Amino acid sequence: MTNRSPSPIILLGTRFLSPYIMVFGFYVIFHGHYSPGGGFQGGTLLAVSLLLIRIASGTQIANLQFKDYLATPYAALGVVIYFGTGLVAMIMGGYFLDYEQLPIPGLEAADLRYWGILIIELGIGLTVMTVLTLIYDNMVKGEDYA
Amino acid sequence: MKYLKLLLIIAFTLLLLFAASDLPYRGEADNQMNQEISMTGTPVPGNYYIQEAYNDAHTPNIVTVILGDYRSIDTLGEQIVIFTAGLIVFLLLRNRKEDEENDQ
Amino acid sequence: MLDFFMGHYAYWFTIILLAIGLYGMLIKKNLVKKTIGLSIFQAGVILFFVSVAMKDGATVPVKADGLPVSEVANYMNALPHTLMLTAIVVGVATLGVAFALLINIYNRYGTLNEEELLDKIQ
Repeated sequence: MTNRSPSPIILLGTRFLSPYIMVFGFYVIFHGHYSPGGGFQGGTLLAVSLLLIRIASGTQIANLQFKDYLATPYAALGVVIYFGTGLVAMIMGGYFLDYEQLPIPGLEAADLRYWGILIIELGIGLTVMTVLTLIYDNMVKGEDYA
Repeated sequence: MKYLKLLLIIAFTLLLLFAASDLPYRGEADNQMNQEISMTGTPVPGNYYIQEAYNDAHTPNIVTVILGDYRSIDTLGEQIVIFTAGLIVFLLLRNRKEDEENDQ
Repeated sequence: MLDFFMGHYAYWFTIILLAIGLYGMLIKKNLVKKTIGLSIFQAGVILFFVSVAMKDGATVPVKADGLPVSEVANYMNALPHTLMLTAIVVGVATLGVAFALLINIYNRYGTLNEEELLDKIQ
């Protein structure tokens, strides 16, 4: 599989398709309060938009979009976002992950829960996206073509 | 040995079919898991989630409220499982290319 | 008799999936095929949970206009959906771990066949 030159049609097609899949992934994450969706599904769609470029054009071009050594820190950042939300709520006087106590001014308790759920969904989406990319990157390492 | 395994699969399937014949009909509204009080006298959480999810979080999607609010510590555990799986893959496959070069 | 069939056919399809997964895990010699059997078994369990959550005449657990949430019969039970939502993604991640282990086994022993592998380990 060495020195296989990728077809320009495939390169152009994936480069055309990837941003739209990414936008749909963000839509699924942010619209998860009103329709089926959420962090897990949206994170998977974001990972698909990254993996499409990786499969079609190889590691060197894909590193221009998302650098492979950034995957592990971002996955840890997703866990830290989730855990930190719970920890902030605990420091402000509530239980762990009790969103009523989040320090966002001017909102009642139910709306605070709304925003708390949105924040942790973002953390979940970041972790799922980077972990799926990490698994693919490590599996094709050493067998790189193009 | 192969026939023993086939016999095991057939016995497993027949046992599950026998057990499934006693399950309640799918989709009936008065099934045990849809009632307000369970067999042991404790309240069933499914009804509480449906009735109170919108009032608690102002979010129409009940699944999101359960995932992010009522069972949020469970979801934190799942996220840490995913993160750990990623780390395991990273550590298992990290030195693969260098090992192959050392073997040669 | 027709009521019994209409009430139970979803369980039967689940049992067929479980039997196929068990067949893959027990009979097949290739470790990748065993892993695929494990994945099919997991899909059977997930389908069973989702089919149990169904209620006749109910809609999906998203609050809609004109269907009051105080009437429980309007909405399906949302708890199995939530549990299986997380189980699917965790299943994908653990499948990645399984394939990483298989890649390491292949690089070390040069085969994925169960019997050859047992011979080489001894």
